[in-house]
Amino acid sequence: MTERLIKNSFIHGEEMILNIGPQHPSTHGVLRLRVKTDGEIVSEVTPIIGYLHRCFEKHCENLTYEQVIPYTDRCDYIASMNTNFGYVVAVEELMGIEVPEKVEYIRIIMAELNRIASHLLALGTFGLDVGATTPFLYMFRDRERILDMFEMVCGARLLYNYMWVGGVSHDLPVGFVEATFKFLDDFEREIDEYNNLLTFNKIFIERTADVGIMTPEVAIDYGVSGPNLRGSGVKWDLRKNDPYSIYDRFDFNIPVGEGTMGSVGDCWDRYWVRVLEMHESVKIVRQALQQMPKEGNVHEALPKKVRPPKGSVYKRTESPRGDLGYYIISDGKPSPIRLKMRSPAFTSLSVLNEISRGWMISDVLAVLGSLDIVLGEIDR
Amino acid sequence: MISDQLATAPWLMWFSIAGVTLFLIMAFNALAAVYVERKVSAFVQDRVGPMGQGAGLHAGKWGLLQTVADAVKLLTKEDIIPRAADRKLFIMAPFVIFIGAFISIAALPFSSIIQVIDVNIGIFYILATSSLGVIGLILAGWSSENKWSLYGAMRSAAQIVSYEIPAALSIIVVIMITSTLNLQGIVEAQGGIVWGFLPNWIVFNNPFAFLAFFTYFIAGVAETNRTPFDIPEAESELVGGFHTEYSGMRWAFFFLSEYANMFVVCGIASVTFLGGWQSPIPGFMNSPFWGLFWFMSKVLFLMFIMIWFRWTFPRLRVDQLMSVAWKYLLPISLINIFGVGLWILLVGA
Repeated sequence: MTERLIKNSFIHGEEMILNIGPQHPSTHGVLRLRVKTDGEIVSEVTPIIGYLHRCFEKHCENLTYEQVIPYTDRCDYIASMNTNFGYVVAVEELMGIEVPEKVEYIRIIMAELNRIASHLLALGTFGLDVGATTPFLYMFRDRERILDMFEMVCGARLLYNYMWVGGVSHDLPVGFVEATFKFLDDFEREIDEYNNLLTFNKIFIERTADVGIMTPEVAIDYGVSGPNLRGSGVKWDLRKNDPYSIYDRFDFNIPVGEGTMGSVGDCWDRYWVRVLEMHESVKIVRQALQQMPKEGNVHEALPKKVRPPKGSVYKRTESPRGDLGYYIISDGKPSPIRLKMRSPAFTSLSVLNEISRGWMISDVLAVLGSLDIVLGEIDR
Repeated sequence: MISDQLATAPWLMWFSIAGVTLFLIMAFNALAAVYVERKVSAFVQDRVGPMGQGAGLHAGKWGLLQTVADAVKLLTKEDIIPRAADRKLFIMAPFVIFIGAFISIAALPFSSIIQVIDVNIGIFYILATSSLGVIGLILAGWSSENKWSLYGAMRSAAQIVSYEIPAALSIIVVIMITSTLNLQGIVEAQGGIVWGFLPNWIVFNNPFAFLAFFTYFIAGVAETNRTPFDIPEAESELVGGFHTEYSGMRWAFFFLSEYANMFVVCGIASVTFLGGWQSPIPGFMNSPFWGLFWFMSKVLFLMFIMIWFRWTFPRLRVDQLMSVAWKYLLPISLINIFGVGLWILLVGA
C-alpha cells in the first residue's frame, strides 16, 4: 500500500533531497526531516533529532529526586502533569510510599485534564498541518480554560511542578470542582463543534483517510504506543492493561481505530481516536470529582527526605502520547545513579519513514501531524 | 520634441489618468480586502482582530489603520535579494504578476459609463490577461534558487493551467446565451425579468447556467490560489511557496496582485453571471452611478465568500486538486455547454 504512488507513476525524474526544518511551520518544534523526493513523491524520510537535547538524563544524576520533577515538566511540555505523574509514581514505588486517597484523585483529575489539553493541541496542530486554521484557534480557546484551571491550582500554566513524591504541591482551591464541572459540561458540546468543522469535513477526510496507514503489525514491531497504537486497532492502554494509581476504579472505554473513513490505522483513525479519548477523559474526570473525598491533607505522606533504598524500578504510565516509562536506579544516595526515560513520541517518530514512504510531501507532514510528537520528549 | 508631442497627446494623458486610477483602485482594494480578511477571520475564529485600543492612536478605531501601518512597514523594510538568486528575474517576477492583474481590471465594466477600455472581445481579453500572472509565479519560483519556491511555482503552474479550462468553458455558456464577447453587451443582455420574478441574470437563465456559475466560481477560487486550493503557497508545507524568498515591497506586490486577482475573478463572475451593474430589481435604481454600487456590492459579496472559504476549509493535496479540475469540473462544464445548447435550441436564449 505504501508503495502505491511510486508504482503508479510512469515518469521517474531525478531524485532530490529536500530539507524540512528545523525551522519549518509544520515540524512541531525543532525536528529536521531529510526527505528524498522524486517530484512530489517521497521515497525516504530520515528524521534528524537532537536540536532540543538538554542532557535530561545526565542532569538527573546530579540532582536530588525532588529536583528532577521540574525537569520532567520540560520533557513533554504539552502534558507536564502526565510526565510529573509517571516520575513520582516510579519514585514512590521505589520508596514504598502510600499516598493519601485524596492525592490519588487529584492526580488523576490533573492527568486527565492535561490529556484533554494535550489532545486538543495535537488535533489543532494536525488541522493546521492540513491547512485548516480555524479549528486550531477553537481548540486553543478550550485548552485555555484548562490552563486557567491549572493556574488556579498551582499558579503555573505550562510547567507545573505540581506532583511531588508522596503528594501534590497544593490542595485544590475553593471553586475548582465547580469550575471543572462547568468546563466539562461546555466541553462536550465543543467536541461536536470540532467534529462539524473539521472531523467530518470532506476535504479533511480526503486528506487523511487511507493516508499513512500503520498496520497493527508495523505499530507493534516499532513499539508504537498510545493513541497511535490504538489508532491501528490494537486495544492497549496502560490505564486498563497495567493499572497504576487508582485507574482501576473508573469506568471508561478504550477507543480504537476502526477504519471508519478508510483503512484501519490511517491518519483519520489516529485523529478520531484522540477525539474519542477526550470523551473518555471527560468521563474519568467526572467520576473522580464525584468520588473524591472532601477531607484530607495532601502533604500528609510527603517524606522528610526523598532517599530511596538501594535498588531499581521501572514504572510505566499512559501519557497522552503513549507508554511513558521511567527506569530509576538508586544506590541509596540523594540523587539517582541512573535515570532513563522511555519516550513514547520517540518510538512514534521512528515509524514515520515506514508509513509515509511512497506518499507525497503534503502527506508526510499530515502523517507527522497525526503522530503527535513533542520534541522536548524525543530529545530530552 | 517628440516627447513634447507625446506629452500633449490627449490619449497619453487619458491613459496616464486611467492607469493611476486603476492603480489606486487596486491599492485601495488590497488595503480594504486585507482589513476585511483579518476582521472576518477574527470573527470566524472567535477573536476580535486588529483593534485600536489603549493610549494613543494605535491602529485607528477598530484597527481601521492596521493595513495602512502594514503597508508603511513593508515600504520601509530592507530589500533582500538572496545571493544565489537570479537577480533580473527575481526583480521582474512581482511586476509580471502585477501587470497581469492590472490590465485585466482595465477591461472590467464598473458601470455602464465607467470602464477604461471597452474592447469588443472583452471577455476573451480578460481570460487571456488574467492568466499572465502564472508566468510571474514561475519566474519567482525559479529565480529564488530555493526548493520550496520551485515546488510552489511548479504546483501553481499546473494548477492555474488546469483550472483555466473549466473556467473558460463555463464562460462559453455565457457567450452562447448573450451571443457577444463584449462585456458591456453581456451586461446589457441581462436586463429585465425572467421566470416572472427573478432578474434576468445569466445565473438564473437556465439550470445549466446556474451550474456553470458555480463551476466558474470554484475554478476562479483555484486560479487565485486561495484555500482550499492554496497549495502553491501552502504555508504548512512549502513555508511560503513561490514567495518564500521575497520580503518587503516585492512581497507586498505579490500580496497586492493576489487581492487584485480576487477582484478580477469576482468581477468576471458578477459581470458574466450576476448581471454586472444591473440592479437586482429591474428598473429600480438603475442609473450609471447606482450601477457602480450594484457592481461593487456583487464583487465584494463574492470576495467575502472567498474569504469565508479560506477560514473554513482545509487544503487539498496536489493530486486531489488536479482530479477536481479534470475529473469533475471539466466534464461538468462540458455537460453545461451541451445543456445550454439544447436549451437555446428548445426554449430560446
